[in-house]
Amino acid sequence: MNRIQIKLQEDKKLLSIYFTAGYPKLNDTASTIENLESNGVDMIEIGLPFSDPLADGPTIQASSTKALHNGMNSSVLFDQLKDIRKTVSIPLILMGYFNPILQYGIEAFCKKCKEIGIDGLIIPDLPVEVYQEEYQTVFEHHGLLNIFLITPQTSEKRIRYMDSISKGFIYMVSSASTTGSQSGFGQKQTDYFKRIAEMNLNNPQIIGFGISNQETFKQATKHAKGAIIGSAFIKYVTDNGVNDLKQFTEPILKKE
Amino acid sequence: MNYHVNEKGYYGQFGGAFIPEMLYPNVEELRHNYLKVMAEPDFKKEFDQLLKDYVGRPTPLYFAKRLSKKYNTKIYLKREDLCHTGAHKINNTIGQILMAKRLKKTRIIAETGAGQHGVATATVCALVGMECVVYMGEIDIARQAPNVARMKMLGAEVRPALSGSRTLKDATNEAIRDWINNPVNTHYIIGSAVGPHPYPDMVARFQSVVSKETKLQLKEVEGRENPDYVVACVGGGSNAAGAYYHYLNEPSVKLIAVEAAGKGVESGESAATSVLGKEGVIHGSKTLLMQSTDGQITEPYSISAGLDYPGVGPMHAHLYKSKRAEFISVTDDKAMEAGLELSQLEGIIPAIETSHALAIFKDKKFKPKDVVIISLSGRGDKDLNTYIDYFKL
Repeated sequence: MNRIQIKLQEDKKLLSIYFTAGYPKLNDTASTIENLESNGVDMIEIGLPFSDPLADGPTIQASSTKALHNGMNSSVLFDQLKDIRKTVSIPLILMGYFNPILQYGIEAFCKKCKEIGIDGLIIPDLPVEVYQEEYQTVFEHHGLLNIFLITPQTSEKRIRYMDSISKGFIYMVSSASTTGSQSGFGQKQTDYFKRIAEMNLNNPQIIGFGISNQETFKQATKHAKGAIIGSAFIKYVTDNGVNDLKQFTEPILKKE
Repeated sequence: MNYHVNEKGYYGQFGGAFIPEMLYPNVEELRHNYLKVMAEPDFKKEFDQLLKDYVGRPTPLYFAKRLSKKYNTKIYLKREDLCHTGAHKINNTIGQILMAKRLKKTRIIAETGAGQHGVATATVCALVGMECVVYMGEIDIARQAPNVARMKMLGAEVRPALSGSRTLKDATNEAIRDWINNPVNTHYIIGSAVGPHPYPDMVARFQSVVSKETKLQLKEVEGRENPDYVVACVGGGSNAAGAYYHYLNEPSVKLIAVEAAGKGVESGESAATSVLGKEGVIHGSKTLLMQSTDGQITEPYSISAGLDYPGVGPMHAHLYKSKRAEFISVTDDKAMEAGLELSQLEGIIPAIETSHALAIFKDKKFKPKDVVIISLSGRGDKDLNTYIDYFKL
């Protein structure tokens, strides 16, 4: 079984953190991952930076630009992660836009992910139909789960379709927005979270976009298996660096 | 070979809709409806009427006598520069605003490079009374000031794109982000033959009026519908798409696409995508684009804001790959000289984009009997400052 699948079976709400590889400094990648795990984070999304991140707001855009400037790219990232499984056991997901992966070569990219011990991929601009038609076989051959995004506008039929070919979790985008563009959830989002929860999908849902603190984490995980924090974490490491992450994670994971 | 889009949204190996899920409902709504709407008699009637009474179509097909004499061939200029707002861009914005109305949208966004598409969008928004936000790279805002002022006067809000190279590519990113954040009420009027399917096809169809008219007009003056050559400049590719459209499947008509070489194709400051680009995905479409070996999109350069784009529409990528069109790249210097030459030989000051197409006569020889159509895509008013600086006028 894939590490993501095992993690999803744990009887707890999951905290997943997104960060941009090579940010703030080029060689921060591995220590960020290790420190997140030791501070109780359940799953990590490692962002492969791209020059033109369409779905991202200013915070992640800026971190991507900086990371590229630092010299990050697919090969450098794979090199930084080559021994990561000696120290880290939680699920690791690579999140990146399609073009850099396409240029690396889909098959070669998947092979490298398997060697390192990557468990899944999130490629926001790879549509589910194209994935199913052209890439599903190679992803699955290398033991990689492809994670699909849904939004409040995604039709029920389409959600069921994605659910039928997903083997991990469904990434629920909390509202129609780019990353980092909202604070707090209103009734509209709560209704949407409930609506999806009531669909009884095969795959659990993890909510992303708009989660920034304990309050929003709790709101989101009331109706979902877990939540993903991205922009808020990037802001934190921009100001504080990657060595003391406890200050960031502890308040979120604090038991009542 | 077929040069039009197939039912899956591809031109050969290029095209498709590589978009984040957040955009799926919008793009799918458009894909599902665009051909149906365009085929409605009411829509056609309204579109044709506006092209005639508001845009000023048909635009003339003008025999450029002195230019022809100089290069010893027969050169006709398809005068899109005489369209209302000064370029071919308005053909598409008229079509898309009518489309947006039928899809019950209340807010319009657009990207713009030279500002021609921004002006054309602001114009049609004023025409129908819709809110309009235009994204424009900060660099382009500085070099196309008159068009920024025009957009504002027309009631549009111009928002600067501050990321990346701060030109057309980045303005497009910002417009896409706006669309992600406003998924229900907003229609995105893309100005070029780029973006996810169905945009390249929809834009090409709205622009196809150019070659439709050319056929009729040429028949009248030359006794034949088909010229020997059709020449157009290509940034994203909308004016070329329109100028070629009804000739795509006429093998006797040679198509020439002129790209911006900037300071030279090998100079590192260029926008000649067919030479410098590789297959990849940009702005929702699989096409040729300028990128690093790692797949990061590189920042292009051209003196002309409208050609300063690192990709090319999927239709054009296919025309290149299949060798249906010949691609030529023209430097800033040659384009500027050609712009000055047309001004002084024919009394027409062309847009710098268009000047690239006019520059091919310096290097490419045509026969005296050849009929060469040049898509005179826009007028040079917006570029006066650049011309003034360049020629120290």
